[in-house]
Amino acid sequence: MQGSILLSSGSDIDIMVHGLFSYELFGHEFWITTTHVSILIVMIILIGFSIAANRAMKHASEVPGGFQNVVELIVEMLENMVCGTMGKCGGRFVNYVGTIFIFILISNLSGLFGLRPPTADYGVTLPLALLSFILIHFNQFKYQTPKQIWTDMCSPLPPWLPIWFPINLISEIAVPISLSLRLFANVLSGTIIMALIYALLSKVAYFWPGALHAYFDVFSGCIQTYVFCMLTMTYISNAIGEEE
Amino acid sequence: MDNITGAELIRACSAIGAGLAVIAGIGPGIGQGIAAGHAASAVGRNPGAKSDITSTMLLGQAVAETTGLYGLLVAILLMFVQPLV
Repeated sequence: MQGSILLSSGSDIDIMVHGLFSYELFGHEFWITTTHVSILIVMIILIGFSIAANRAMKHASEVPGGFQNVVELIVEMLENMVCGTMGKCGGRFVNYVGTIFIFILISNLSGLFGLRPPTADYGVTLPLALLSFILIHFNQFKYQTPKQIWTDMCSPLPPWLPIWFPINLISEIAVPISLSLRLFANVLSGTIIMALIYALLSKVAYFWPGALHAYFDVFSGCIQTYVFCMLTMTYISNAIGEEE
Repeated sequence: MDNITGAELIRACSAIGAGLAVIAGIGPGIGQGIAAGHAASAVGRNPGAKSDITSTMLLGQAVAETTGLYGLLVAILLMFVQPLV
């Protein structure tokens, strides 16, 4: 099975990330894996869509029609989602949240086309969660004074008694881990079950992979995308605080 | 029974451990059921807020699912990565 990109291209159970070819860098051996290839395909789809959207919006008409309508619908939907969750400070985060929303959504849906979804690799979801983590704490230090942060970190007890500080610190560090593991484990479990079904395909399964794809890729993928973005927005809103 | 090697024994025990680890799925099942039941009664009381209730319910259910997914991850690691062999 070395070198196959499509999940369903063999009769044996195949859920792992495969290395396609290796290269040496600074004395270490690195591998170009199937995840890189799927992520490249997702990127090409997104870049192609953005170029087409850019071209459509340059010749935008007063009454939108066709492709321009679709682009405006997507942008408005993302803006409503972000501003509805984050209130008036949401406008600055539409770009970030919209970008990761579309990227995770297309990555999860790429399982429909037989690719191994890029989000079923922990090396993809951990950087996404770390980006959110950095954004959360950047905004926390930007909008709150150090005294407020210290009071927050010792929160159930008064700030001169920092017994709860280590526990709160652990719960802060758990944020990116749980964000990334949630997305990773959901997509990976769907991938594994689909691979088991495809291994059965020659024997008993005839039409039900379609129904399972509808659940594991479309429903679960959309829900997890929404949850990832929703939690990112909630954490950022909490970090910004009440003032403004 | 004499020709069982140590690695085979560890592999068998890993399979048992994987089965035990996915028992963690009981908790999220109960939690998601409670969330869905309360959402259903909330929609019954206030049908106008159906979309808000649905999105809140799905968010809470997805967060409650995390602990079950940790058990699933342990099971997957034991089955496919086999760190103990």
